[in-house]
Amino acid sequence: MPYKIVAEECTNCAACETECPNDAILEKKGTFIILAEKCTECVGHYDDAQCVEVCPIPDCVVIDERLPRYAA
Amino acid sequence: MQARIIPIFENKPAGGCGATGGGGKSSCGSAAGRGDLSPEVWEKVKNHPCYSEQAHHHFARMHVAVAPACNIQCHYCNRKYDCSNESRPGVVSEKLTPELAAKKVLAVAAEIPQLTVVGIAGPGDALANPEKTFKTFQLIQNSAPDIKLCLSTNGLALPDYVQTIQDFNVDHVTITINMVDPEVGERIYPWIFYKHKRWTGRDAAKILAERQMEGLEMLTSKGILVKVNSVMVPGVNDDHLVAVNQAVKSRGAFLHNIMPLISEPEHGTHYGLTGQRGPSAQELKALQDKCEGDMNLMRHCRQCRADAVGLLGEDRSQEFTTDKVAEMKVHYDAEARKAYQAFVEKEREDQEAAMKRELSGLAEDAGHANVLVAVATKGSGRINEHFGHAGEFQVFELTAAGAKFVGHRRVDHYCQGGYGEEETLETVISAINDCAAVFVAKIGLCPKKDLEQAGIEAVEEYAHQYIEQSLVAWFKGYLARLRSGDAVAVERGQGSLRQGAFVA
Repeated sequence: MPYKIVAEECTNCAACETECPNDAILEKKGTFIILAEKCTECVGHYDDAQCVEVCPIPDCVVIDERLPRYAA
Repeated sequence: MQARIIPIFENKPAGGCGATGGGGKSSCGSAAGRGDLSPEVWEKVKNHPCYSEQAHHHFARMHVAVAPACNIQCHYCNRKYDCSNESRPGVVSEKLTPELAAKKVLAVAAEIPQLTVVGIAGPGDALANPEKTFKTFQLIQNSAPDIKLCLSTNGLALPDYVQTIQDFNVDHVTITINMVDPEVGERIYPWIFYKHKRWTGRDAAKILAERQMEGLEMLTSKGILVKVNSVMVPGVNDDHLVAVNQAVKSRGAFLHNIMPLISEPEHGTHYGLTGQRGPSAQELKALQDKCEGDMNLMRHCRQCRADAVGLLGEDRSQEFTTDKVAEMKVHYDAEARKAYQAFVEKEREDQEAAMKRELSGLAEDAGHANVLVAVATKGSGRINEHFGHAGEFQVFELTAAGAKFVGHRRVDHYCQGGYGEEETLETVISAINDCAAVFVAKIGLCPKKDLEQAGIEAVEEYAHQYIEQSLVAWFKGYLARLRSGDAVAVERGQGSLRQGAFVA
């Protein structure tokens, strides 16, 4: 649930889209978004959130504080 | 379409030498530009501007920016920066889908018969976007089968795609290799993304170096030509690049391209922000000379954008934006393109023969003399650019062996709307202050005088003639003047490499 992409930081490079094991990332209006209902923070897939790890911009993919953390 | 072919084509049609066009061999018997290349390799590179210095005078390339994602971070790259006036790798104005890219290729090929190669060079990494990259190659191959395909990569994902690269008939691959020692690598690469994990420090550099060497070996064992690009970072990998050169040479790389670091602070790269400087022209040349044993060193790289279009010294990408391409009626004329290539085949043989004729008597006169000169050209291997209109100067080294291309210097146009700018002239002079002369199609009296005061002779008498032949002819005269005391050899500068935003 909780990752989000900060639109003004995103360079639209799409690196995160292909790495997401949940197909939770898609392009929308010139930036990428994470579908909260699909995001599992990569729990059950990888040790680290793939979108955070691959993103070239610091603090572009961040925890969405408005939402509760994902619980498997 | 024919009208766009450069003017000399109209004056001197091809033929008379048995050139058979396209990929045909000539019956002239001269080995123009072949050096010690095998016939198979020469066939692969002779029309490729990025693999053959000689070809870059005649043929054009384009990059299609279909690969935005990257799997590593380099200290000389900032993915947030995007400016259409900027010319350096990793920068594009708009990214393309594979379908748009294929249409753009046809539009450019119809407009520019010199176009022979299409490359995918980012703005990220071609192989970090494998689906987009190979889909694009497939579409281009279907619609314009005579165009050569190439890609460039950092090598991290390379071993996984060597077979696919071969299946798609990509026979030119460029790998950027800046180190073979992880201790050096950790000062260039802050992290890599590999096997679903971000690696940092020495571990990251070690994995990257191993994958690069593995990929290089796999490619060369399949007969795919590999060019290795290295970014020269003074104080970080400059001395180490000699070891890189050895490592890639022993693994069968065809060409080594050592490029100067671009690190303007306004680009926002790590190196730019931490004050890491790039090399001077003379430092770069000294390293290239050191590495040039029995391996070809590329010196004509323009470090072009990931969406560049045109001859290497020019960028026509603004003529082919997505909006403009959408409106273009594309007529793909394979015959016109073939005719141009046949013409070039003949032209380059004439140039080579002319140069050889001119060489007679030079060896005795020249001794150990070594002189750099600058040339204003807009392509075709001729001195055909006005001094004030030159966006770059090509630099040649003159020795007893003749004229050899050793680099280029980018400059702002001296002539701005009919008036010369004093300030610009100073930067032009500092860019070529290691040269004894500058060869131009034409030059105004004032800049000519200023150049003369700076010890640089402006030479107009070879306007529109072949570059190399003219340089050797002038060199012989210069040597005679040195002997008679009419000319004096003076201590020369370092030649500064231009870095800032490119203003065309």
